[in-house]
Amino acid sequence: MGSVGLVTPQQMHFSEPLPLKSGAVLADYTLTYETYGTLNAERSNAVLVCHALNASHHVAGVHADGSVGWWDNLVGPGKPLDTDRFFVVGVNNPGSCFGSTGPMHVNPATGRIYGADFPVQTVEDWVDAQARLMQRLGIERLAAVAGGSLGGMQALAWTLRHPARVRHCIAVATTPNLSAQNIAFNEVARRAIITDPDFHGGHFYAHGVVPRRGLRVARMIGHITYLSDDAMDAKFGRQLRAAELGYSTQEIEFQIESYLRHQGDKFSEYFDANTYLLITRALDYFDPALAHGGDLARAFAVARHHGFLLVSFSTDWRFSPARSRELVKALVDNRIAVSYAEIDAPHGHDAFLLDDARYHAVMRAYFERIALEVSALRGHDTHPSPLPSPRGEGPAGRSLP
Amino acid sequence: MSERRDLETIAELVPAGSRVLDLGCGSGELLAHLRQHKDCSGYGIEIDDANVHACVQRGVDVIQLNLEEGLALFDDNSFDVVMQLDTLQHLRNTERMLKETARVGRIGIVSFPNFAHWPNRLRVLGGRMPVTKVLPYQWYDTPNIRVGTYADFEVLARKSGLAVTDSFGLQAGRVVRRWPNLLASVAVFRFEQR
Repeated sequence: MGSVGLVTPQQMHFSEPLPLKSGAVLADYTLTYETYGTLNAERSNAVLVCHALNASHHVAGVHADGSVGWWDNLVGPGKPLDTDRFFVVGVNNPGSCFGSTGPMHVNPATGRIYGADFPVQTVEDWVDAQARLMQRLGIERLAAVAGGSLGGMQALAWTLRHPARVRHCIAVATTPNLSAQNIAFNEVARRAIITDPDFHGGHFYAHGVVPRRGLRVARMIGHITYLSDDAMDAKFGRQLRAAELGYSTQEIEFQIESYLRHQGDKFSEYFDANTYLLITRALDYFDPALAHGGDLARAFAVARHHGFLLVSFSTDWRFSPARSRELVKALVDNRIAVSYAEIDAPHGHDAFLLDDARYHAVMRAYFERIALEVSALRGHDTHPSPLPSPRGEGPAGRSLP
Repeated sequence: MSERRDLETIAELVPAGSRVLDLGCGSGELLAHLRQHKDCSGYGIEIDDANVHACVQRGVDVIQLNLEEGLALFDDNSFDVVMQLDTLQHLRNTERMLKETARVGRIGIVSFPNFAHWPNRLRVLGGRMPVTKVLPYQWYDTPNIRVGTYADFEVLARKSGLAVTDSFGLQAGRVVRRWPNLLASVAVFRFEQR
């Protein structure tokens, strides 16, 4: 299994305004994206990968500066999402701080930096922006859309907003909506940023400062919720930084404090405060059942012709398996093709980014099925698929590779 | 139950075009067979990671669940057929699962090792628990925590308000309709809610 190697982000400009769910529009915007693999002649092997809160279009491979894609363990030649078979696209969503138009850019209407005036984004808005990019790339219908966490929400939203333009949805460690507890965590993070004196109501760019303290605390809070109690205990326990207690209320005593501060510091160096607010709000707003009287099954009635793979992780308390099961039920109620794997992994929500053998085996098997379908759709004039027959009568209870 | 002929015999109990829920579906062999030969659709339920993987590989829709937690995911009568093959004996809450099977499916089909098969009886008469091809475990390490007989199931079905519409034994790939409680190592029942 290899890496897609050195990759360079690309950009696409859109002059036609993007209507947003809020009623506002995003005028004149640019999307940054990356692609891996080759689009086949029928343009039927494209897979869109949607990113979560602090990730970007940089899904796989390495940039010239050495940074590795956030899902590089899953996407690449010979990897579960095999770039020898699929044309994979990663898109940075509007409002982000990694290259696509965001709050740090100039608002064409005013000539000033957007800051807090950047229009509020929703998962559905992002999906619409991604759909426009697919159109430009000549992809009428995606073989699949995949994502974890907030990216999983986008994958789900694709099947609801553009059902005719995608065949399969792979949604990992995600949820049909945020619980009150989840919204509460987001709100604490937002308050930390907004109450930072350097925030200046979101127009801190003009003051030449960054609300670092707020960003640090926001990241610390977020980070706690991405890990499980067990994972944190295994990694840090009650380890002290120094040999003995310092009896200080303000200095670091425990290693976990040091780790969280380090994570917060790193994050505040590269992440935009307004982006953090926008993205956590998009998480809060996602609720496809809302327009259907709270009936999730009715929301998914339109996704009848898709195939779904849902994956959750046993120790993910932020987007728990119970929430994925709600999605499974909504799909089953509609008689929609769905497979669901509940992976017993100790890492909490972060597990979706990690290389768990059972998780990756299921992902690989599902993508292999899609590859077979893509080959079948190409008809008889192409080379035979190197994959085993889908209905081969293998031995019962085949074990994992 | 992995034997091909047993699988085909049981598949014959499923009406063509049925929507099927297969509880404890293993590697999805039966569902793949039903889809291919009888135009059926539906899902398998599995707890085991390797089996979930095998089902996805096969293209059988599988949902990873612990059956001990019940079938809350599924509405009443939402499937034509609910199958529980070689699974019942592993579940703690046998009676509840049976009722759940009848609630979710219009037709229920179960199979399980028949403890009253004559070699088992002989072995017990000899003072030891049976260890056979169908019951291959020692008493102290068996996953078969609910060991019953063909005749026992008839009693439980009556008690649970189930109408048995067909039943037979399976022995070495053959259907046994005469004295199945004595002559068959596997019991098969098809039932509906009364």
